Amino acid sequence: MSDIGSNSALRAHRRLGWGGRLSAFRGVVWREMLRFAKQRERFVSALVRPLVWLFIFAAGFRSVLGLSITEPYETYVLYEVYVTPGLCAMIQLFNGMQSSLSMVYDRETGAMRTLLVSPFPRWFLLSSKLMAGVAVSIVQVYAFLAVAWFWEVEPPPMGYIMVLPALILSGMMLGAIGLFLSSTIRQLENFAGIMNFVIFPMFFASSALYPLWRMSESSVLLHDICALNPFTYAVELIRFALYGQLNLLALAVVVGVTIAFLGAAIFAYDPSKGLIAKRRGG
Amino acid sequence: MTGPKPLALEIEGVSHSFGPTKALNDVSLRVPEGVFAALLGINGAGKTTLFSLITRLYDNVTGSIKVWGHDVRRKPGPALAELGVVFQSRSLDRDLSIWQNLSYHAALHGMSRSEARARAEAVVDLVRLGDKMNSRIAALSGGQARRAEIARALMHGPRLLLLDEPTVGLDVKSRLEVVELVRDLVAKEGVGVLWATHLFDEVRPEDHVTVLHKGQVLADGLASQIAGGETLSDAFLALTGREAAA
Repeated sequence: MSDIGSNSALRAHRRLGWGGRLSAFRGVVWREMLRFAKQRERFVSALVRPLVWLFIFAAGFRSVLGLSITEPYETYVLYEVYVTPGLCAMIQLFNGMQSSLSMVYDRETGAMRTLLVSPFPRWFLLSSKLMAGVAVSIVQVYAFLAVAWFWEVEPPPMGYIMVLPALILSGMMLGAIGLFLSSTIRQLENFAGIMNFVIFPMFFASSALYPLWRMSESSVLLHDICALNPFTYAVELIRFALYGQLNLLALAVVVGVTIAFLGAAIFAYDPSKGLIAKRRGG
Repeated sequence: MTGPKPLALEIEGVSHSFGPTKALNDVSLRVPEGVFAALLGINGAGKTTLFSLITRLYDNVTGSIKVWGHDVRRKPGPALAELGVVFQSRSLDRDLSIWQNLSYHAALHGMSRSEARARAEAVVDLVRLGDKMNSRIAALSGGQARRAEIARALMHGPRLLLLDEPTVGLDVKSRLEVVELVRDLVAKEGVGVLWATHLFDEVRPEDHVTVLHKGQVLADGLASQIAGGETLSDAFLALTGREAAA
């Protein structure tokens, strides 16, 4: 093999450039996709969950929940149509938390060390990991939209393309929240709490299932809580993009929250500063 | 006449605490190029903590750690690029094949896919797993999985290998295979090795040994010198006993 000595050192140095970073990014995304492909039940459950909401919940609510014309829709829409962007965001929310769960699992089993001893900067590795999770979530969302099309949820054809940047951004925001949470969870067993205290409140206290103006009719306080929930803005960003429009407020909130949580996660995973450094391990 | 060998690893005055508990106290050691060095200590001696500092999983606030002259705190990238690590706990993805694990590791070190493929074929041959390239890790025996971890650590062509109790949990035959494999790497490839262990029979008289106990270096030198006229285990017990009594 004889790959040591100065040649090896020079080559190792060369690999630390942007070409090497591209390889590292590709590798992290490839592994995430590979793991996802091997976990068929994960894909099925990711698809079944929103479809149950679409087929059963939305069908039931169609008759009891009247919707007046609400932006970005130009006419009255079926409840199934209204709820679809929220379900896309729900897929990304669950995926973000699933990625967070796998980070905690990898940390407990030691597999995360493989990632963290890479010579590339920690912020780059975590961002790559985040983007890998986003890529997986987008595959799931498009699979869901394809099934929803047969359920009379038919956004304009351009909407399927226009929604992609919105899905990338919303996926990044929800993934960044998950990434930060993974740094604060000490044991895998504690993860059940995330389900109860993060996923469900975020989903229900948002505009995913009902427009905010309807919420204010029943409770102004609940409306204000929903308006403060970043998940609401992920839903609205997707909803507007799916109909070829840009919601600037939603864009600003999603970008801002992504930066804040990704920054916090990078800080937490930094060996010299963060929360991980304060723990005893291995 | 030849000069002293360049240092693959140089640790000077490193201490580390977890809250009020001092895990390492003023630890210094050196591993020259192409040398098999053993870090000998019982469980809880601080071996894994030291490895975590070398690999930058923890931050070393005091002292300095240099890998081939690169300070791991100031220049973590070049330092980690020179380093191959086999962790104490298994860290391969059990659902993926050897090739998929090696390919992932190669990407994390900036290697292109074609470079990774060629390199993977060489390293799996080296660890005698050439016919298992596409086998899932879950389907391998303990010894084979350990050799796969060594193959992974060698993927990016490191000049220093850290192995944290790599034979723990292996049967006698697999243990011998792993030890011989790493010694071959030192002899034939000139890789510097720091081998953490609590098993005295893995150390030879000509090996460089650092005895670590309760976070402190109690002895540092050739195994034969540390042993004196006794066995290494007797010398170790005498050292740690004296330290404990002090």
